[in-house]
Amino acid sequence: MFIKDYIKDVYNAVRSLLTGMKTTGKYFIRPGEIITQQYPENREQLHLPERFKGEVVMIHDENNEHACTGCTACELACPNATIKIITKFDITPEGKKKKALDTFVYHLELCTLCNLCIIACPTDAIKMAQTFEHSVYDRSQLTKKLNQPGSKIKEGVE
Amino acid sequence: MYTETQIISTTTGNSVSDALDGTGELMINVGPQHPATHGVLHLVITLNGETIKKIEPHLGYIHRSIEKMCESLSYRQFIYVTSRMDYLSSHINNHACALTVEKGLQLEVPPRAQVIRVLMDELTRIASHELWWGAMAMDLGAFTPFFYAFRERETINDIMEETCGARLTMNYIGPGGVMYDIHPNFQKRVKSFIQLFKSKINEYDELVTGNIIFQNRMKNVGVLSKEDAISFGCTGPVARGSGVNCDIRKLFPYEIYDKLQFEEITETAGDSFSRYMVRIREMHQSISILEQLIDNIPEGDFQAKTKAVLKLPKGEFYTRVETARGELGVYIVSEGGTTPYRIKFRSPGFSNLSALDHMARGSKLGDLVAMMGTLDLVIPDIDR
Ligand code: SF4
Ligand code: SF4
Repeated sequence: MFIKDYIKDVYNAVRSLLTGMKTTGKYFIRPGEIITQQYPENREQLHLPERFKGEVVMIHDENNEHACTGCTACELACPNATIKIITKFDITPEGKKKKALDTFVYHLELCTLCNLCIIACPTDAIKMAQTFEHSVYDRSQLTKKLNQPGSKIKEGVE
Repeated sequence: MYTETQIISTTTGNSVSDALDGTGELMINVGPQHPATHGVLHLVITLNGETIKKIEPHLGYIHRSIEKMCESLSYRQFIYVTSRMDYLSSHINNHACALTVEKGLQLEVPPRAQVIRVLMDELTRIASHELWWGAMAMDLGAFTPFFYAFRERETINDIMEETCGARLTMNYIGPGGVMYDIHPNFQKRVKSFIQLFKSKINEYDELVTGNIIFQNRMKNVGVLSKEDAISFGCTGPVARGSGVNCDIRKLFPYEIYDKLQFEEITETAGDSFSRYMVRIREMHQSISILEQLIDNIPEGDFQAKTKAVLKLPKGEFYTRVETARGELGVYIVSEGGTTPYRIKFRSPGFSNLSALDHMARGSKLGDLVAMMGTLDLVIPDIDR
């Protein structure tokens, strides 16, 4: 009786093992269904969706103009103090002083890519870029200035 | 350099003679860096031969004081931190926080946002169970299932990436709704995922569930009775494997769960295999929820109108949701300001882990991995 049960156990175990191996074997003879990606080689074909949150960038148009008024709404919305807005005062043609953006400091190393700053911006001056390969040798390289040199605010953005 | 015996004595406070004091008892440390703990969990195990006498979990290795951090963040900002607790159900964590804030503000969430949230919740639940299934099989020595699980999970991650912009820490929910509308491809891709899942799920059973060796390692291992599951405060698939009805989606329905047709899965044996089966069957229920909703997303706003700065009235607010691991409760004490006065998260993993000692006493060390696997521990969820 004992021997019979034992043999039955072994038979069942082997059978269930073979069922599993059949599944694996199916993929062995059909390599087309394998979904592995060869990452560094497939960089060219790699398309990230446009909403992918890679890093915060400022939108500049072809005249090197951006839409940031320096209102600091993004700075206040950020949970990690990732953004620091440094403002300056421009003199308008009428001779009045006007607050404007001097430097948009962005600490990528502190950013959690939570998207709160983008939503907070009233003029849609910033957006998320799809870059994701951010590794550098020195942490200081991750602190970025988002407004391009020589850029100025677009006409008509308040 | 410490020798091994010194490490034993320093971490447990006992001398080596205590550790081997003629009773044949030996203390060993599993973790904090151990593949079976899936994170930095430290277990001090008292062994007699190969039999477990006692297990003492030591926490604190990944403590980031999330609750304290939340006290200095506004009601919009603190939600993102909770993605880092149970990172496999980050969307559901966000959901719980948003629900609590909405309760405080007495905010009505538009139906479209509710449906999107529930759809995302269920996708997250499936993704989490898929990962658990792969890791579980890997814990028991089967390596291949991991790849099969990740194949399907990857499809969900792609859907998340397209709509929420991130794969794991989505941060897609804000108080009042969701941050963006769903991506135009969303419905199409979810439908193709449902097709894919249905055509592949039988492979899971062929590979693992039906395997006699696997079943023998799971059945009657780590038995938790119904009474014990209740008294340890276990929730989620762990408690449902012991026959406790504790699905928050059924008991205290939130959003649109009361209008949906789905079953609460329970098993009665209370062993590791029941907990395993609960999760496998739950995936099918989540698929059925997805099917009910995917063609019925109502038109309308995806976000309610909210003020730029949210202020909760003075008082205490508590909500709970069902994450992939069990009941997550969010408790906010507000003094009427823009930041919470105190936040407490009741996380499912912590209570589930507390049952491990009781479950494991008297069983063999080799079975511990199976028990821990079916508890589905996510360490940052336990140790916030
Ligand atoms: S994405 Fe989040 S963390 Fe990063 S800068 Fe914006 S608000 Fe700050
Ligand atoms: S990026 Fe937007 S929110 Fe930030 S300072 Fe500029 S205009 Fe204001």
